Amino acid sequence: MYPIQVKRTLAPGVRLYEISAPLVARKAQPGQFVIVRVNETGERIPLTIADYDRKMGTITMVVQEIGFTTKTLAKMEVGDALLDFIGPLGNPSELRDSGTVVCIGGGVGCAPLYPQVRALSQKGVNVITIVGARSAEHLILTRELGRYSNQLHIATDDGSQGRKGFVTDILKDLIEQGTPIDQVIAIGPMIMMKVVTGVTKQYNLPTMISLNSLMVDGTGMCGSCRVTVGGVTKFACVDGPEFDAHQVDFDEQMKRAAVYRDQEAKALARLDCGCRNGH
Amino acid sequence: MSEKPKKKPLVKVKRPMPEQDPHVRAGNFDEVALGYSAEDAIAEAERCLQCKEQNCKQGCPVEVDIPEFIAEIKEGRFAEAARVIRRKNNLPAICGRVCPQENQCEQYCLMGKKFEPVGIGRLERFVADYALQNEQPEESPARESASGSGRRVAVVGSGPAGLTCAADLARMGYQVTIFEALHKSGGVLVYGIPEFRLPKRVVQTEIDYVQSLGVEIKVNTVISKTLSVDELLDEFGFEAVFIGTGAGAPRFMRIPGENLIGVYSANEFLTRTNLMKAYLFPEYATPIRVGRRVAVVGAGNVAVDSARTALRLGAESVQIFYRRSRDEMPARLEEFLHAEEEGIEFNFLINPVRIIGDERGWVTGMECIRMTLGEPDESGRRSPVPVDGSNCEFEVDTVVIAIGQSPNPLVPRTTPGLEIGRRGTIVADEETGQTSREGVFAGGDIVTGAATVILAMGAGKKAARAIDAYLSAKY
Repeated sequence: MYPIQVKRTLAPGVRLYEISAPLVARKAQPGQFVIVRVNETGERIPLTIADYDRKMGTITMVVQEIGFTTKTLAKMEVGDALLDFIGPLGNPSELRDSGTVVCIGGGVGCAPLYPQVRALSQKGVNVITIVGARSAEHLILTRELGRYSNQLHIATDDGSQGRKGFVTDILKDLIEQGTPIDQVIAIGPMIMMKVVTGVTKQYNLPTMISLNSLMVDGTGMCGSCRVTVGGVTKFACVDGPEFDAHQVDFDEQMKRAAVYRDQEAKALARLDCGCRNGH
Repeated sequence: MSEKPKKKPLVKVKRPMPEQDPHVRAGNFDEVALGYSAEDAIAEAERCLQCKEQNCKQGCPVEVDIPEFIAEIKEGRFAEAARVIRRKNNLPAICGRVCPQENQCEQYCLMGKKFEPVGIGRLERFVADYALQNEQPEESPARESASGSGRRVAVVGSGPAGLTCAADLARMGYQVTIFEALHKSGGVLVYGIPEFRLPKRVVQTEIDYVQSLGVEIKVNTVISKTLSVDELLDEFGFEAVFIGTGAGAPRFMRIPGENLIGVYSANEFLTRTNLMKAYLFPEYATPIRVGRRVAVVGAGNVAVDSARTALRLGAESVQIFYRRSRDEMPARLEEFLHAEEEGIEFNFLINPVRIIGDERGWVTGMECIRMTLGEPDESGRRSPVPVDGSNCEFEVDTVVIAIGQSPNPLVPRTTPGLEIGRRGTIVADEETGQTSREGVFAGGDIVTGAATVILAMGAGKKAARAIDAYLSAKY
């Protein structure tokens, strides 16, 4: 069992959890993920590692409540324990140690971006961070990201904080102002990563994105997380989760993400009507 | 006047296995074969000639004393029969169900020369089930020797190879820890083989037995990620490691359309259903999507398991597509017949060339090409050759690719100094499981490529002996 040590609300429907998992924390690195199963009837879902504390033996995750499992998790409290917690899985990020990197986070994507921003900053990279969200109340971790960024830009859809518009508007400005950029890292909703990639392709800027595909085992056994990269099928769990954005078939990924939409609705209906115990 | 002893008439065929009716079972996940009654078992045991040759034993990779346990059944001493089996086989209720006895013990049965061989597998299953139901678990099962004297051995993977190796080592007095990547132990026995062929409570009871020998199982631990083989040896105090990580990586065909929605690897299809219990959705949270018309590509046991699973999940029609003919089909005959009875259609000499989808990315069909058999290939089987211009389309909405599994690459990739074979297998001595690294042994599908439960168990048994020899020589 893996007890919840800390639970904190970061934004509407977005919560931060610190989970006690010493063996996972011992090895975790930026870019990796864990597989979680909350209870005996639960499914296995991948969650990206937002932070880790080797001394305390904890892993931090930031979870948006969108599906059955994430909503079940939201009903758990400090002192409750997750039944299964497996990791760290996937490959660690390959981070540059010089130059300028633009780090773009959308919504909860800011959470897995955070350890990368911190690591880049500690290596002496010039870090320009752009975060985006629907509105001010949906922005997360801006203070933490700001601490390790040479510049922090904010964009919201409604203009309630920072610039009104999308992260790509800020990215385009940076490029057009002649900012020397060695690499772009983008983590967030698939559509955001696709649009960012569209921009960086025009300017030939190397770009890394992180996929949060559907998975079962997370160790290369099932192939649920198939993604076409440069015309070749890869598994996000063992070959990724980070890939060269210019090679990724985003349209295929967006379609694949919809496979269980009907079933998810059915499961959620059960959860909402209260005929199922969340624990 | 003395009466001549009455000689029992020779029964030429195996006592039939009671089974669920095909029409009923196609709609449930309950076990297909119901098992012998005591009367069935005694009658079948009486068919055994108790011949001097005992050829059956040479067909058993774990060396079960077959004639001895059958002799006990004949006398109605079922618990004693179970003890005879357990001396060599730690997982008899599993072997009695999934071993291909026709290629093992029963192939060598003297009765089989003229008639049907003795139903050794059915008898083994009967005895094992009897023991599981009627015996109190032994408080502290007998240990063969104390040569291990508590030295620590790590076993990676809790499938048939790992469980067997661990159990044998525990009996020799070693302190054994199994590391399992998934949340549940059993490997292919729990994620791969369906409930209707191998009930998971049977697997769990056998695993409980292995644990009762003192074996510790740590689930949720991915060796290569959570811990490495080198850490086990250098930091965690294990003096030898056995790697039994299996053939868990799915193969795809590399044809257009393979990433459409509705295309599953057999591994994913079976894991969702068996391990995650998607057939009980939404009570269990893992979903699976089975359309009306399902195509399964391949004709091994995994393909047949997938097809029968699809039927039970509610598909209206399930068709198997195999590029060779019925004669080359690798699935067990018994499973093929079961599948046919349930209404699975088999299409031979045909191979998919493209999977077709709609604008949303969902599967709507599969284009195939007819095949013909040409010259024998390196496997000795006649190789399939496409027939030009014979393309045809099938309307399907789910495709399950079951053309084989490759060794799981995680441990080979992360263990320096481990010699790896051409197809990603770990190179290990056939008799001992010794790899190119001192103190590191391997066996089962990770060494041979995808094979059977019983061969993996045999490899686990040999490796246990070799690990004992290695550690005994070291001290």
